[in-house]
Amino acid sequence: MTDLLDPRATTAQPAPPPTSGTSPGTGRARLGRFLRRRPGLVVSVLVIVFVLVSAVFPAVFAPGDPNLAIPRQRSLPPGPGHWFGTDYLGRDMWTRVVHGTSLSLQATLTAVAVALVVGGLIGLLAGFVGGWVDEVLMRVVDVLLAIPPILLALALIAALGFGTTNVAIAVGIASVAQFARVMRAETLRVRGTVYVEAARAVGTRWWVSLGRHVLPNAAGPVLVLAVLEFGLAILAVSSLSFLGYGAPPPAPEWGSLVAEGRNYLATSWWMCAMPGLTIAATVLSVNRVSKALDGEWGRDR
Amino acid sequence: MIYPARRLGFAVLVLWAAYTVSFAVLFLLSDPVATLVARASDGASVTPADLAALKARYGFDQPLVVQYLERLGAAVRGDLGTSFVSGQPVGATIADALPPTLQIATAGLVLAVVFGAGVALVATYTRHRWLAQTLMGLPSLAVSLPVFWVGLMLVQLFSFQLGWLPAVGARGPEALILPAVTLALPTGALIAQVLVKSMSTALAEPYVTTARAKGVGPVAVHLRHALGNAAIPALTVLGYVAGNLLAGTVVVETVFTRPGLGRITVEAVADQDVPLVQGVVLFAAVVFVVVNLVVDLIYPLLDPRVTQAVPA
Amino acid sequence: MSLLSVTDLQVDYRVAGGTVEALRGVDLEVAAGEVVAVVGESGSGKSTLAQAVIGLLAGNGAVRAGSVALDGEELLGRSEKALRAVRGARIGLVPQDPGVSLNPVQKVGRQVAEVLRVHALADRRSAPARAVELLERAGIPDAAVRAGQYPHELSGGLRQRALIAVAIAASPALLIADEPTSALDATVARQILDHLEDLRAATGSALLLVTHDLGVAADRADRIVVMSQGRIVEQGPTAEILERPTHPYTRELLAAAPGLADVDALPPVAASGTPIAEVRDLVKDFPLARARGSWRREHLRAVDGVSFTIARGETLALVGESGSGKSTTARLLLRLADPTSGQVFLDGEDVTTVRGAAWRDLRRRAQLVYQNPYASLDPRFAVREVITEPLRAFGVGTREEQATRAAELVDRVALPAAMLDRKPVELSGGQRQRVAIARALALSPDLVVCDEPVSALDVSVQAQVLDLLHELQERDGLAYLFISHDLAVVRRVAHRVGVMQGGKLLELRPTGELFDAPHHEYTRTLLGAIAGQRVPAAREH
Repeated sequence: MTDLLDPRATTAQPAPPPTSGTSPGTGRARLGRFLRRRPGLVVSVLVIVFVLVSAVFPAVFAPGDPNLAIPRQRSLPPGPGHWFGTDYLGRDMWTRVVHGTSLSLQATLTAVAVALVVGGLIGLLAGFVGGWVDEVLMRVVDVLLAIPPILLALALIAALGFGTTNVAIAVGIASVAQFARVMRAETLRVRGTVYVEAARAVGTRWWVSLGRHVLPNAAGPVLVLAVLEFGLAILAVSSLSFLGYGAPPPAPEWGSLVAEGRNYLATSWWMCAMPGLTIAATVLSVNRVSKALDGEWGRDR
Repeated sequence: MIYPARRLGFAVLVLWAAYTVSFAVLFLLSDPVATLVARASDGASVTPADLAALKARYGFDQPLVVQYLERLGAAVRGDLGTSFVSGQPVGATIADALPPTLQIATAGLVLAVVFGAGVALVATYTRHRWLAQTLMGLPSLAVSLPVFWVGLMLVQLFSFQLGWLPAVGARGPEALILPAVTLALPTGALIAQVLVKSMSTALAEPYVTTARAKGVGPVAVHLRHALGNAAIPALTVLGYVAGNLLAGTVVVETVFTRPGLGRITVEAVADQDVPLVQGVVLFAAVVFVVVNLVVDLIYPLLDPRVTQAVPA
Repeated sequence: MSLLSVTDLQVDYRVAGGTVEALRGVDLEVAAGEVVAVVGESGSGKSTLAQAVIGLLAGNGAVRAGSVALDGEELLGRSEKALRAVRGARIGLVPQDPGVSLNPVQKVGRQVAEVLRVHALADRRSAPARAVELLERAGIPDAAVRAGQYPHELSGGLRQRALIAVAIAASPALLIADEPTSALDATVARQILDHLEDLRAATGSALLLVTHDLGVAADRADRIVVMSQGRIVEQGPTAEILERPTHPYTRELLAAAPGLADVDALPPVAASGTPIAEVRDLVKDFPLARARGSWRREHLRAVDGVSFTIARGETLALVGESGSGKSTTARLLLRLADPTSGQVFLDGEDVTTVRGAAWRDLRRRAQLVYQNPYASLDPRFAVREVITEPLRAFGVGTREEQATRAAELVDRVALPAAMLDRKPVELSGGQRQRVAIARALALSPDLVVCDEPVSALDVSVQAQVLDLLHELQERDGLAYLFISHDLAVVRRVAHRVGVMQGGKLLELRPTGELFDAPHHEYTRTLLGAIAGQRVPAAREH
C-alpha cells in the first residue's frame, strides 16, 4: 500500500529537469496535492486499510462477542449503540460484520493466490517456452474460458464438498484461465520487445533475461489483474456463501450474513443491507485502487 | 469453405475437452459412489451385494477408462446419464427447467444490451464532462455490487415497501421485471465497459479525424465511423455475456425463488448430484460454443479484413 | 488580401499537472495559390498549427488567443456547425499516416463519396461515379475497381492517393498536408508529392505543407516558415531562406539537413589483411502462412544471394526501401538469425553454424545498435545497468571495474556522468541512442551493426549522433555495417554503399562513385527521390 502514497508514482509529470533527488518538502507538498486531488482514491485506501485491520484484529473496531445474543435487543434498527442494528437473535450486526471480515478475507486471499500462482505459472510457461507447450496449455485455457467461472466453481464444490476453504479453492481455480491468458500475453509482449533481443545480442543468458527483463516488465498488468481479481473473488466467495456452500452457521461471514438476514427482509431490511453494503464498499474500493494502479503501471510501458 | 469447417472442428474439440475436464473434476476428485451409498442407505449399513447392485446400476463397476468412454459415447448420442436424486434422465431434467430460465435470460439480455450500449454511446458522445464521467462511473459501480444483494434490496424496495411488484415466483410478466433487472445489471455493465473502451479507442483514431476534416457531422462520425469499428471488439465478448447470463440465473433464481436451470444447479450441487452438475456445465459450454460460432459467422460482415486474413 | 491569415495564435495543451504551451503567438499568411511549407522538428508546434487552422485540435488542446481567418472570415469561435461547412469544402486535409487515416470497414469509394454528399456536391446516384473520377484524378489506376475495395487491400501509396482524392473533392481554396509522405518509402513519396503539386497547380488551390524535412520544403514551397518551440523563428521566400538564413536555428537545420548539405563522400578504405567480416551467398527464406485450401507452404526469399566484405575501420552501408532485406542481412551477419544457405565469417573464421558458448562469444566481436532508442532500452533499468549488462553477461571485471568502465563509456559517448543513474524515460531520443551506443561499445567489439540508428531522431540530433559514430571510428578503428533507407544520411557516413532491392544486392561501390555515376536503374530512381535536389543553391557552391 505504501507505493500508493509515493508521490512520484501518482503524479504524471514529465521528467524533472536535470536536478537530482526531490527534497522532502516538495514530497510533502505533492502528497498534500494528491490527497486533495483524488479524494475517491484516498477513501478507497482507507476502506481497504480498515478491512485489513478488521480481518487481523477485529477487536480494534468491535470489542464485543459476535455470537453474543441478547434476546431483549432482537431486530433493532441501526442507531446509536448498534450502528448496523441487531439480528433476529439480538446479536450486534456491526460486531458480526467486523468479525466476519476475517473469514471472508481469508477465502478471498486464498482464491487470488491460487489463481495468481497457478495461472501465472501456466501463462509464463506458455509464453516463454512457446511452440507446442504454448499450444496445448492455451487450448486447455480456452476450454476453461468456455465454462462460466461460477459454474466451474460450483462443479468443483460439488466434487470437493462444502466449507470456506473449498469455496476459496474453487473460486481460485475458476479464475486460473484469466491469469494464464494475461500472463502469457504479457510474457509474449515483453519477450518480443527490442530490449530483450538487445539483451540477447549483448550475450545475456536466457534465464538471466527471464529474471531481469521479462518477469519485472510483465508483472505489472498481472498484479493489476490480481487486485481486480481480489474484488471479483470477494463477490464470488460471498455469492457461494450466500447460496449456502460456505462456513456453517453461526460463524459470521459476509455472504452468509446476507443469507441469514434474507428471512427477515420484509421487516428488518438492515440484516441484509448492512453486510451487503460492506461487501459493495470493499469491492468498490479495491476496483478503484486497481484502476489507479493500472494507470500508474500502465504508463511505464 | 475451409474457414467455417475449421471453426466447427474447433467447437467440437472444445466440447470434448469440456466433457473431459468436467468428468475429471466430478468423477475423479469426488467419490460419487460414497454419495450414492449415503443417499441410498440413509445412514444404515449397506451389504456388499447392495453396493454391487448400486454400482452396476450407475455403471461404477467398470474401470475408469471404460466408464469415461461409455459415458462420453452416451453423451455424444444425447444421453447424459440419470440424476442420483430423482432418477430422471439429466437431459430431460435440464430441458424441463429451461423455459423459465430462458425467459429471464432473454429479458435480461435485452435490458443489458439496451442500457449497456445506451450508456456507452451517450457517455462517449456527450460533450458535458460531468455527464460523461457520471455515466462512465455507472458500470464500475454496477460490477462492484453483489448480485444477490441487489436482488434482495430491489425486493425490499419494490415489493415490501412500495408493493408494486411480486417478491417471489414466476407468475405473470410482472414477476419477470425484478429478476431481469437484477440479471441485466452486471451484464449490462460489462457491455458498457467494453463498448466505452472500444468507442474511445475508435474515436481517437486518425480516420475519425479524416472524417471530421471532411465536414461530417458529429452523429454520423459517432455512429457511421466510430461505432462501425468499435462494434467489432464488443462482439467478441458476446459468448462471455451469454455464459455470464446463464451463471447469473443461479443466484437470481435463488433470490427470487423461481424455478429454472439455476435452481436445479444449486440443488444438484447441494446434493452432490454429479451427473446433473456435469449436465449443466456441458450445457453452458454448448451455449458458449454456439454463440461463438454465430459470432464467427457475423464477423466477416462487420470487418472486411477478416475474410482476407488466414484464421489463426 | 491573403487567403489564410493567422494572427498571434496561441494554443495550450492540458496535461496532468499543468498546461503545455504548444503555440506561443504565431503569425502566418498564405496567399491564394501559394505553396507555404512549415518546417520544424518534433515538438515545434507545426502540426498543432495545422490542426488549429482546421479546428481539429486534440481533445486536450485549446486556443488561448489569436485569430485564424479564411478569406477575411474569422474561423475561431465559430460553432461546430459553421466550421463543418468550411472543413472539406474550403479547406482540404491530407493527413500524415495513410495506413490508419481511412476507415478500415468502409469501401474506399464510399469514403470519397461521403465528402461530396456532406457538402451536397453530389446526390446519392451521382456520388459513386464522381468518387471514381476523383480517384482517377488522384492518380489511382483502375479507379473503378479500387473504389469497391477496402483500405487494407490498397498499398500505402494508393491509400495516400485516396486521401488526396478526399481532400481535393470539393476543390477547396486551401489544402493542408500534414507530413503527407513521412510514412512512405522515398520513391513513392516523391511520386505522391509530384502528383500533389500537379493537382494543386491545375486547381489553383493554396497548399500549406507541414514537414520535418527541409529538403521536401526546399523542393516544393514558394515560401518556407521555420518553427521552433511554438514560435516562428524565420520565414521568407524559399531561395532566401536557403541562401541567406538569418536565424541561428535555421542555419543549424540547414547544416544538419542531409539532403541539402553538400558533403564530399568519404574515400574508400584501403583493404589490408583479413576483412573483419564477410558474408558469402547469403540466402534467407521465411515461411509464409499456409494459403487457404493449400497444404504447400510458400516461402518468401528475404535475402537472395548476398555477398560482401567489411574491412577494418570501414563503414559499409546497405540501403534499400522497406522489404528490401537489408535489416535481415544485418541480423544474419550477427547470427541473430540463421541463414537458409551461405556463409558468415568474422575475422576470417567461419561462424555460420556456431552454437552455445561459441555463439555467445561472437557478441564480444560484433555488436548492434537498434533503430528505435525508445524500445531498445529496458524501461526499468538505469543507464548504468544498461551499459554494464554486457559486462555482467560475460563476467568481465569486478563491480568496481564495471562501474569505472560505465563512467568511461558514458564519457566516450559525450553524456554527463550524472546520466548514469537516470532511467530511459528521463532521457531524450538522442541521449538514449548514445546510451545504446555505449552499451554496444562495452565489450570493445571490432564491428558495430547500426540498424537505422538515426531514423527515429530529429535532423539536428541525427547529425550529432552521426558525428559521434564517426569520431569513435577515427579513434578506435571500428568498422560499421550501416543499415539505412536514407541515401542522404548514407552519403555522409559510408565508405562504400550497397543498394538492395527484393533481397538482392544490386550494386556495391565506393560512395562517391555510386552517387555520381550509378550503374543500376533502381539506384538512379532512389537517388532521384532524395528531397532537396531541386534547389540550385544547394547543388552548387
